Amino acid sequence: MPVVTAEPTVPDEARAAREVYRDVLVELLGEDERYVCLDSDTGLFSATSWGEGARRYLNLGIAEQNLMGVAAGLARSGRIPFVNTMATFAATRALEAVKLDIAWNDLPVRIVATHGGLSAGHLGSTHHALEDLAVMRMLPNMTVLVPADGPATESLVRAGAELPGPVYLRLGRGATPSIAPGAEPLRIGVAQSLRRGSDVTLIATGPHPVLTAVETAEELARDGIDVAVLNMHTVKPLDREAIVAAATGTRGIVTVEEHWAAGGLGSAVAEVVADLGAACPVRRVAVADRFAAGTGGHRHLLARNGISRATVTEHVRRLLA
Amino acid sequence: MSDDHARTARELIVRMCANPEGGHLGGSMSMVEILVTLYRHVLRIDPDRPQAPDRDILLLSKGHGAIGLYAVLAERGFFPAELLASYGTPDSMFTAHPNPAVPGVEMPTGSLGHGLSLGVGFALAARLDGSDRRCFVVLGDGELQEGSVWEAAMAAGSQKLDRLVAIVDRNGLQISGDTEETMGLEPLGDRWRSFGWTVLEVDGHDPEQLRTALSRIPCTPGTPTVLLARTVKGKGLPYIEGQARSHYVRLTERGYRRARAAVTRGERTETTCPS
Repeated sequence: MPVVTAEPTVPDEARAAREVYRDVLVELLGEDERYVCLDSDTGLFSATSWGEGARRYLNLGIAEQNLMGVAAGLARSGRIPFVNTMATFAATRALEAVKLDIAWNDLPVRIVATHGGLSAGHLGSTHHALEDLAVMRMLPNMTVLVPADGPATESLVRAGAELPGPVYLRLGRGATPSIAPGAEPLRIGVAQSLRRGSDVTLIATGPHPVLTAVETAEELARDGIDVAVLNMHTVKPLDREAIVAAATGTRGIVTVEEHWAAGGLGSAVAEVVADLGAACPVRRVAVADRFAAGTGGHRHLLARNGISRATVTEHVRRLLA
Repeated sequence: MSDDHARTARELIVRMCANPEGGHLGGSMSMVEILVTLYRHVLRIDPDRPQAPDRDILLLSKGHGAIGLYAVLAERGFFPAELLASYGTPDSMFTAHPNPAVPGVEMPTGSLGHGLSLGVGFALAARLDGSDRRCFVVLGDGELQEGSVWEAAMAAGSQKLDRLVAIVDRNGLQISGDTEETMGLEPLGDRWRSFGWTVLEVDGHDPEQLRTALSRIPCTPGTPTVLLARTVKGKGLPYIEGQARSHYVRLTERGYRRARAAVTRGERTETTCPS
């Protein structure tokens, strides 16, 4: 039987990251003529009042390959397109256009991908994206960002908008709690330290993995286990310095992500540790090498696939055993 | 004379195919008049300022025709034709698919089915800029089997991009033979019309017909234009014209001499274009 952990309740003030993003994008389009919003009929912008930016919102229909190529043509002409689709369509269906038209040309296209990880819930494996971080971080020139809450979404959208090259921004679907209220705006490529600790370092990316890491660390602290937590909101370029510090300053690393184990954050961290030659064990909490087990809502699928406090706790205890 | 430009381009193409790596001969030869007409009479471009802001854009979506594009760019003066001697040698900028490091090449292409979407992007940007820049995209006919072409065609029709022009090098052949026996494209004009395009059909080796058609852009206000240019694969080499085996050729020294003699004579053949 699957272990179903208690689901944290989402506070009323929590907002879906994609809604935060949408509001920031409306502001950006009003501020700067270069910004263009290309939609693939996501529905995210149905009730949006664009104001100044109205003529720079274009719904190009349900055609993701074309979407990416059009974005490249616009970017080559001096515009900065924000391209909107779901994570799995960006990373798989439209991948060749992302690779050749956008990444190869190093163009300032911002691919904003909702429904990251298992957040599409009961929509099923057609709409889950458990490969996107691996796919996108493999592409030269691409910056890969995963905000863990609303404030992080705002700071990463704004920081990402300024970059000279392409950006992949992974968002979820539903509302998630604020993880670090009042924190400094995030800096791309610099991990956010959410908790200091000397025994083990948890390195997580995305709303639920980061929240799970923070909650697990708090639970373990009650047992006298001192766990550090890093929010690795930038999967590429990875904050090597923070990983090296974790590998040399604590007894092991546990990564937590809403992604297949192959190629995602855990793999990226393990690559850094392997290059370092440090004797630091790396354990990965991720979705196993299969299409997501179970059916149901997002939180159920997370628990069912082991992205949970129980799994993280087990890995930490094994590292310290 | 346009014919002289075309002859020079063909000489450069067969020279490149005499390299040990060989080259995409057939589909480069079939579009020579199309590219020469564009670069000599249609495109608002300056070979001395290849990045001029309001220039017209040409994208070679059938990227395997790169040596045809390089030849015409050299003939038009974007760079000295002597540089083409490095084609097929290690680290040459003249790669088998268009390299944007080459002056005049706007975007890298080669995986079929990308160019028209890029063109839609350029055309949308021009419209947002209030520019009268036009964008021309040269496609292969076999390439039209890629679904992404039709995503882009639908977008262009829907967005009413009347400064976007697709030119189909309709040579009728793909690697294994006749397009219609592989995955049929006809009725091709009707297909484009149904996507909201104005369709023009010309003999793709007749400079006057090409020039007349391409001088009318925007052709119909509010609709993109597609020019279906009936061509002959391998045009200029009578012994290989209209044959699928002309697709990729490595010319021996003897083969090169024969090919060069044929294109230098510029002999007219009785080969007819597919209708």
